[in-house]
Formats: sequence, structure tokens, C-alpha cells
Amino acid sequence: MHSSADVDKHPSVSKGILKGVIKVSVILLLIYAIVELFIGRLPQADYRAFPLTGSRIAIWIVAQVHLLFGAFVLAVPLFALICEIIALKTKDERYNQLAYEFVKLLHMAFTTTAIFGALLLIALIGLYPKFFDHMTKIFKPTYYVYVFLLFGEVIAFYVYYYSWHKLVGRPLHIVYGALLNFFGISIMVAANAWAAYMQTPGGVDESGNLVSLWGAINTYTWMPINIHRTIANISYGGSIAGAYAAFRFLAAESDEERARYDWMGYVGSFIAIAALLPLPFAGYFLTMEMYAFSQQMGITLMGGVFSWLFIIQAVLIGVLFLAANYYLWLGMMRIKGSERYSKYNKWLLVVVTICVIVWMTPHSIVASLEEARKMGGTHHPILGVLGVMSAKNTAVNIMILATFLSFILYKRANKIATVSWAKTGALVQGLVLAIAVGINIFYGIYGYFVEAIVRLGFSNYMVYAVLGAMLIVIAIDIPMFKGARTTGPIAWGKMPGRSQYALFLLAITFTWTMGLMGYARSGIREYWHVYGILRDKAPDAFTPTLGYAANIVSVTTLLFLGLVALIVALGIRAEKSGKAH
Amino acid sequence: MEHATEKRKRRIPLFLQAVLITLGSYLVYQYGIRPPIPASILFMFMVVTVAAVLLYVSLDDDSLEEFLRPVLTVIRDDRWKIVRWAFMIAIPLIAGWVVYDKTVPKIEPPVTVRSVHPAPPGSINVRGKTYDLRTLENPLRKDTANFTKHVKAGADVYIKNCYYCHGDFLDGKGPYADFINPPPANFQDIGTIAMLQESFLFWRIMKGGPGLPTEGTPWDSSMPAWEPILSEQEVWQVILFMYEFTGHKPRRWE
Repeated sequence: MHSSADVDKHPSVSKGILKGVIKVSVILLLIYAIVELFIGRLPQADYRAFPLTGSRIAIWIVAQVHLLFGAFVLAVPLFALICEIIALKTKDERYNQLAYEFVKLLHMAFTTTAIFGALLLIALIGLYPKFFDHMTKIFKPTYYVYVFLLFGEVIAFYVYYYSWHKLVGRPLHIVYGALLNFFGISIMVAANAWAAYMQTPGGVDESGNLVSLWGAINTYTWMPINIHRTIANISYGGSIAGAYAAFRFLAAESDEERARYDWMGYVGSFIAIAALLPLPFAGYFLTMEMYAFSQQMGITLMGGVFSWLFIIQAVLIGVLFLAANYYLWLGMMRIKGSERYSKYNKWLLVVVTICVIVWMTPHSIVASLEEARKMGGTHHPILGVLGVMSAKNTAVNIMILATFLSFILYKRANKIATVSWAKTGALVQGLVLAIAVGINIFYGIYGYFVEAIVRLGFSNYMVYAVLGAMLIVIAIDIPMFKGARTTGPIAWGKMPGRSQYALFLLAITFTWTMGLMGYARSGIREYWHVYGILRDKAPDAFTPTLGYAANIVSVTTLLFLGLVALIVALGIRAEKSGKAH
Repeated sequence: MEHATEKRKRRIPLFLQAVLITLGSYLVYQYGIRPPIPASILFMFMVVTVAAVLLYVSLDDDSLEEFLRPVLTVIRDDRWKIVRWAFMIAIPLIAGWVVYDKTVPKIEPPVTVRSVHPAPPGSINVRGKTYDLRTLENPLRKDTANFTKHVKAGADVYIKNCYYCHGDFLDGKGPYADFINPPPANFQDIGTIAMLQESFLFWRIMKGGPGLPTEGTPWDSSMPAWEPILSEQEVWQVILFMYEFTGHKPRRWE
């Protein structure tokens, strides 16, 4: 357990490394001992039952909590490294303090991740031995790589953490941070290979014999999941940082503390939102690869029984966008001179709300018999139009642009451009955004009149228009506001309490969405351990009802957030007792 | 500042604005869209609308204060005692009524979550021949010389067999359509055959409702299995006809 004394004394790096190596070794040895002494002596079986919850639920919860912690310990170093680089560039020491505030939580978060990882491994070996044997047959060499990476990460972490006060802000420390992230991301990439193989297997023959290990690793969904999870983790780290800051803001006792945590919440949410914007595109890529692997899987996911999960996801993403924008709009309250722009907020709200409504309108509709009769079928002639990809793409892209505009307005709220071409610049920016919206509406509507494959091609143009517009607007913004006159500093801490709940909402929604979409990705295998290769013959191999699945996701979310709250509480206690010393 | 206050005074009070927007949106969703939208969608739309209205009234501290003023007045000011009591009685009554309405058993069958496009199986067996649906393509598309002939033959198959339910415009409004629940598919709709590969149609026609997977609720479809009636060639012909007539293109992946 990490104590306050450790934080304050900062033992030498070599001591830290030793501690880390011992910790990982003890956990690995414990797993080995449990497997050999207990599980190894159980009678041979393909499946074993777990008391009370059943095997599947036990694995589900442990795997999900492990994954959430994994995301957390991957996200925080990414977040910290970004902050440290910004600090180096801007010479703003606050970014380093912000990074350290989270890095010191990593210690316990790593241990918790490792404990849940160990539980997951033991549960897989104990409860699903046949499946685990298959995975070992295919992936044994990667297990060694994984253990190597695990040691690498722990060593890199202790080097990074314990050299903090000596080296922070220096390029060498940033190299340490990059190394930590290299190991963290590599661990995720290795684990992704297993999960991707289960979903879209490759490199094996029809009876599941290994033909090529690289083929089993580099499957259809491996790279898309790597990309999707890396981006999502940056976003997730930001949102957790935001929620932490929100808690500290609401509990703050002095204006100085409030200002500090208000700023921290802003930076956290900024990183969360900035990384959230490209996430849908990574999601498209992943789904496209699933379709490419198996049309059947793609249809079950997006049109069949799992499509209802995407309706819930659409609602959650709508909530994320509304919350993120609301936080930015309220943020203008801390900026003198923002009145010039805050009057547009309500119109942005109208745009985002309309987009959210279009975005979440389902294609297949839940309707009673009478309602279905009135609609003339399971499709509604008007809502059906909003339920397809053309409308969704248009809505989400405009939503992204509106959020981007909110941010741009927020950024310039206390600035008045002094360059001679400021008016022209702003006009060009407005025009670029209008063109991007126009392109999206045009292709959105035109998409209804062409075949599906052409429509898919249109979505690329729509994405390019959005990304292009954002790049151009930023490229104009930077020189335009160079040496700008300021209307006053940002009054950090002058933020209404309700804004902080938007930050909580972001973190909770992120966590819940990860659980939900994780279930969708995993559940889509249906009655297969390894899709099309290894059949799941356990009694639990049924697809649970939506409500049931949603409840399990909620349980894991609560469990994870509860544990994070505990880690944070212990961190704060250590910080306070450190101060008392 | 004074000017702004002046301006604020002249417009509709914020609380009333919020009520009007919420009520107006409800009326548009409920009565402005024809045919009426189901309760599940109405609920979703209203939740978003109410959330947006609450965000709108709290965009800055002045607005929030203005919005809350009438609420606080009713709660705190004794001159509004009667209204306060009216709310205090009405709110639990409404809550009670909603709970009662939700829990009381109804004759209506429960709401179904029917998958409109359930996933096809990997392969199907028709009269002893196995078709791999993942790679299956319409062989008649390669026979470009006889394309028109095949489409015409498909039209004949359609009129003799499919028209009664799916209608002469392929819009799901055949003479029997009114007696079938769920109603026959409307092929003109962009959400049906335009989104599917020809192999999907081949499967649906050959195996009909009974061949649907559980998630597609096979007990909830009137589509017969055409396997014993139509030949493989006839099914591919009618598929060609369906796409030619509606102008849709079958879905392709590459």
C-alpha cells in the first residue's frame, strides 16, 4: 500500500524499481501458485461453475473492471505526458502540477489493475479451461512478451514517478514518460490481439490449429481496436481528471484552491473533448473491418439484436456533447468580455439539440402493436429517414462542428484581434464552417439517392470537410490572435457549481459507454468463444436481454468508480497528512 | 447594463418561455408528425427537449435566477399559498397516476423489439444444395446478354407470387397487406433492400419467416418459405426485378 511517507520522501529510483519488480513478481507467483495448487487439482472439465453469479457474470465483471482500470492506468500517463510537454512548451508550471496530481494516484491504480488482471487470469483458467487452453495453444509466445512488457511498464513507471521532483520539465523526464507510454500502449496492443482474435480470428485453419502466429495477431479488428482504444483512452483520462477536479472544486475551502481545480477541470475536459472528436471516425473504421470480416457479424451488430445498444450509445453520446458544450458555455462566465460571444450560446444549443434528436432516432423502432399499425410497419416513414446513416453522419458532423465553434468562441472570449486582417479572417473562418456544414447537408441528402457503397464513400467527404474546416479555422486563428488585446484575465474559480456536474457526467457517461460498447463488441461473438472456430458450450452461452446487460454494465461502472473514489480519497488523505507533517 | 435589464423586461419571462418551448415541442412531436410517432420515441424526444430547456435557462446566473424566481416565489411567498398547495397535491397525484398506469395489466400485447434486419446464417441448405451466404452472388448478373429477359421473368414471378402482399408498386401495399402483422416489407423504402446484399434476399425468400433466427422473431412473420415453390433461377430473377423496378442497387462491400 502506498503511504504518504512514500510520496514525501521519494525514495531513490533504484529502490522504486526493486519495489515494482518485487510487486509484479509476487502477483505472478501468486497466480502460478493458485493455478498449480488449487485449479490444477480439480477434475478435468471444459467448464466449471462459479457460485452465485455463474461463470460468465463473474468473468464479465472482473474483465470489465480490469479493463476500466487498464484504461485508467494507460490514460493517466498519456495525459501526464501531454501535460508535461505543454508545460515545457508554454513554461506554465501548473501543467506539471496537474500531471503530478494524477501520477501520484497511479501507484495504487496500477496495483488494483494488476489485482483484477490476476483475478481475471485465474478465473479464465479456472472457469473456462478449454477456452484458455485454446488461447494458449495459439498465443503462448505472446504471453512471454506480455510479462516482459509488464515488467517494463512497472520499471518505467517507477523511474518516471520517483525521478519526478528531480527531473520534471526536463527532456529526459519526457523521454521517461514516453517510455512508460510505450510500455503501456504495447501492453494494450498485446491484449487487444487476443480480444481481436476471439472476435475476428485469423491465422488458424478451420479446426482452430495455428497456421501463422502473425496472422492470429494481425486480424481484421486488431489495428482498428488499437487505434480506437488509444484515442478513447486519452479522452477517458481527460474525463476522469475533469471529474476529479470537479470534486476538488466543489470541496475546495479557499478561492485559490477553487481557481486551481477549476483550471484543472477545464484542461481535463479540454483533453477529453479534443480526443472525443476524432473517436467516431475510429469507431467507423472498427465497424467497417467487422463487416469486412463477416457481413453476418456486421448486421447483427448494427441492424440486428445488438443494434439496440447503439441506440443507447447514441443517447449517451448526445449527453456527452450536450454536457461538453454546456461546460464551455458556462465557462464564459469566468471571462470578462465574453458577452460578445455568449449570446450565440443559445443558438448553438438549438443546433446541438436538433442534431442530438436526429442522431438518436432509431431505425428500428420500439412500438406497440397499435402504434406499429398506425405507422404502417416497423418503419416510420419520417423517422425512418432520420434513422439511417446519411442522417446520422450529417447530425454527428454538425454536432462536432458546433462543439468546435463553442470552443473557438470560448478561446477568444477575452481576446480582441489587433491584426489588420482580423475582420477578413473571421469572415473566412465563418465561411469555411458554413461550407463544411453545407457539404454535410448536401451529401447527407444526396446519400438517400445513391446505393449504399457510394453513400459510404460520401461519409469520407463529409469527414474530410469537418476535419479540413477545423484545421483551416485553427490555422487562421493562431496568427489572427497573436498579440491580441485582452479584455481581462480568466477569473479561474469563478464558475458556478452546476458546471462541475457536467464534468461528473462526462466521466460517468464515458465509463458507462465503455462498458456498454465493450459488451457489444464482446457479445457479438454470441455463442462462440472464438468466432466461427471455438464454440461456447457453457450453459451461460446465451445473449442476455438488453436490460440485464445494461444492469451488469451499471454494476461494473459503480464498482470501478467506487474503487477510483477510494483511491482518490486515500490520495487526498495522504496529501493532507503530508501537509500536516 | 441598464439597457440589457430593460430589454430583458420586455421579452417573455424565462419561466414562461421554458414552459412554452416544452409544450410547443410536445405538440409538434405528438401532432405535427404523421403517422404519429410511438410513445418510446416521443419519450426520447421529450427527455432531450426538457434537458435542452433546462440548459437554456441556466446558461448564465442571471437567467437561472430569473427562471427560478417564480418557482421560489410560489414556494416561499404566502400570497401564493393556494398555488403551492395545488402543486403539492397535484405532483404526488400525477406521480401516483403514472405509476398506476405503468403497472396496471393491459390487454395490449407487450411492446416488441423486433430486429428488422436480423443477421443471416453463414450458409443455408436448399433442397440438398448448400449455399455459402458470405460469398453467394446473383449468377444472373453475369449473364448480361439475357439481363432484360431475366428481369421480365422476375416480374412474372413477382406478379404471380409476391404481389398479393408486397403490392404492384413493391411498396408493401398489396391487397392482403392490411390483414398481415407485421405488415409486408416496403421495397421502395431506402431502409429495406437498398441496404442488403442479394444473398440476404435469396435467404429471406427461400427460407421465409420460419427461417429467421430467434432475434428476428420467426413466429412474428407471415413471409412463407418459397423453397418448395420457386426454383433457384426464379428467385434470382425476382431479386433482379425487385432492384430494377425500385431503382435501388444491391449492397456491395467492395
